Amino acid sequence: MNQNYTTATQKSASALATNKVLRNTYMLLSMTLLFSGLTAAISVALSMPPMTYLISVIGGMVIAMFVLPRFANSPVGIGIVFLVTGMLGFGLGPMLSAYASLPNGGNIIMLALGGTGTIFLGLSAYVLTTRKDFSFMGGFLMVGMMLVIIAALANIFLAIPAMSLMISVVVIMIMSGFILYDTSRIINGGETNYVMATIGLYLTIFNIFISLLQILGIMGGDD
Amino acid sequence: MDWMKIVAAMALIMFIVYLFPRSREMIKNSPKGSSSDWMGFVIPIVVILLFITFLIQLV
Repeated sequence: MNQNYTTATQKSASALATNKVLRNTYMLLSMTLLFSGLTAAISVALSMPPMTYLISVIGGMVIAMFVLPRFANSPVGIGIVFLVTGMLGFGLGPMLSAYASLPNGGNIIMLALGGTGTIFLGLSAYVLTTRKDFSFMGGFLMVGMMLVIIAALANIFLAIPAMSLMISVVVIMIMSGFILYDTSRIINGGETNYVMATIGLYLTIFNIFISLLQILGIMGGDD
Repeated sequence: MDWMKIVAAMALIMFIVYLFPRSREMIKNSPKGSSSDWMGFVIPIVVILLFITFLIQLV
């Protein structure tokens, strides 16, 4: 009887910890999305040159890969998440300015924004309601991502629009897979650090938004 | 600008080098999914592709 009580208490504590990670992740994610929206607006207002995107993305990714994991368990980690997401948002400025200058640019940006939100919320709701375990997808997603990076590397020099479109579609599919994978890891206790969970989900949203922007830009016929 | 292409290519190569060991480890350690598990992934992806097609119609 005592053992049953202990097991029930442990399960309850584990569920509470999981809910706490999930709540903190979504709270930090919403704050970082607002913050990167603000930095993107500043970047647009300052009319930053195109190279800003490249510098911000490389800088942000280097910090996210090499600095953030060291501070993920301390309050400094939250500051670093804001730094990374702020930089990535700032980098979006020149891209948004370029799309906004198109005849239907405002429409494309709003559709990409709404589409990204819908995809993220839909997939998150799907995992949270079904509570499926997507841990089996880890290897598949990593291989897919490696192949996409190699294709993107080739297309920097080949510059084939159809390949660019194909890469964007595949990126959305892989990032959607990562939303399922990351969210299921949080609810199944595989990810207990909300700072790392936030940056993972933020990067998926960031990539889906950019890819959707490119697809709608190309298919809109004004790119 | 050509220098931007070179910098972007170098960044992607750095990313591949960083991700390669992690990918190998994840492939080795990932549990195998059943066909019903994979259907749980394929169905939402198909819905997303249809959704993207719908967004394209709106542009």
